[in-house]
Amino acid sequence: MPFVCPPLPYAYDALKAKGLSEECLKFHHDKHHAGYVTKLNALTADKPELQAKSLEELIKTQKGGIFNCAAQTWNHTFYWNGLSATGGGEPTGAIKAKIEAKWGSFDKFKDAFTNTAVNHFGSGWAWLVKNSTGELNVVDTHDAANPITDGLTPLLACDVWEHAYYIDYKNDRAAYVKAFWNLVNWDFVNKNLE
Amino acid sequence: MFRLALVRLQHALPTLPYPVQEGIPPVISPKQLDLHYNKHHNAYVTKLNGFCAADAKLKSQSLEEIIKATASDPTKKPVFNNAAQHYNHSFYWSCLKPNGSAVPSKLEAALKANFGSVDEFKAKFEASAVGNFGSGWTWLVQKPDGKLDIVNTSNAAVPFTDGLTPLLTADVWEHAYYVDFLNRRDSYLQSFWKIVNWDFVASNLK
Repeated sequence: MPFVCPPLPYAYDALKAKGLSEECLKFHHDKHHAGYVTKLNALTADKPELQAKSLEELIKTQKGGIFNCAAQTWNHTFYWNGLSATGGGEPTGAIKAKIEAKWGSFDKFKDAFTNTAVNHFGSGWAWLVKNSTGELNVVDTHDAANPITDGLTPLLACDVWEHAYYIDYKNDRAAYVKAFWNLVNWDFVNKNLE
Repeated sequence: MFRLALVRLQHALPTLPYPVQEGIPPVISPKQLDLHYNKHHNAYVTKLNGFCAADAKLKSQSLEEIIKATASDPTKKPVFNNAAQHYNHSFYWSCLKPNGSAVPSKLEAALKANFGSVDEFKAKFEASAVGNFGSGWTWLVQKPDGKLDIVNTSNAAVPFTDGLTPLLTADVWEHAYYVDFLNRRDSYLQSFWKIVNWDFVASNLK
């Protein structure tokens, strides 16, 4: 069974009012995200034992091109689900108390995450994660790397590869991360917490 | 009444050997060049000067010395990143020329000797650059034994910290080509050859 690129969970223009344009989503999803899936299928074309695995299994067991493509496929699906046209603002639900317990306030968490996302050098991702004891943390990963390989549970991701923001923000990653806070899908974050 | 002290900054954007406002025809648009040079490269220079102003040792070192001294020190990563990116971008601008140039015969002979032909070299370089996952640079280098090779570096890494002499580089950070080529890094590299300053490349041969 070939791997598939899931469609966006919303229309291409769904996030434009909050700072991610239709053009951005079209390229990011249809070229970059879909491109990783195409490449993954090409790399596993002669490996039926790998085609039978889940993306998570590939992430945990593979290296090189297959790892990169599997991880980027997973990362982007996770990223899209973490954004919503009706998202943003203060967290609601279980995550709110956990953020406040760890950082003291939502604003302090926001600063920590923003700092990590803006200052990550090169391509990669900023993540809110939960460890095996339920403790929250903010981490960044390089290129395609994913925190599940360190035994962490991702709760929320921000793509800081330049392709994620170049169409709308050019070099201004800080402005992109600011817009990100108006889009965070806290329902998705709470779902990942369960 | 007060006096303005003009401080000479230790590091500066190099003056490009072609006008920034015209881009690098026929491949790099004025908008792409303006962003890359005045925003990205300039930001590395500004950050580097900030580090140097606060550190007597950095103040006394040349750019290459700073890069070599910080390359293996994880505590100095931000200094290394900005210094190396300043070097890399300055080198990149020198590798480019509006409407390109012809390959000098000495260099052509070296490319033939090492890669079979100039076209085979280009194909190999493009494949390496397209395969450079994430942000980084692709280089034609000269090894200590005089032979030529193609290497990829990641993020800010430079080949001379591994004893390799840079001859030519292509920036494959997405910011280098996103305005003009979007996700098409392959198209950017195919077009790259139209603007290479081969005389500069040849001048780097030892």
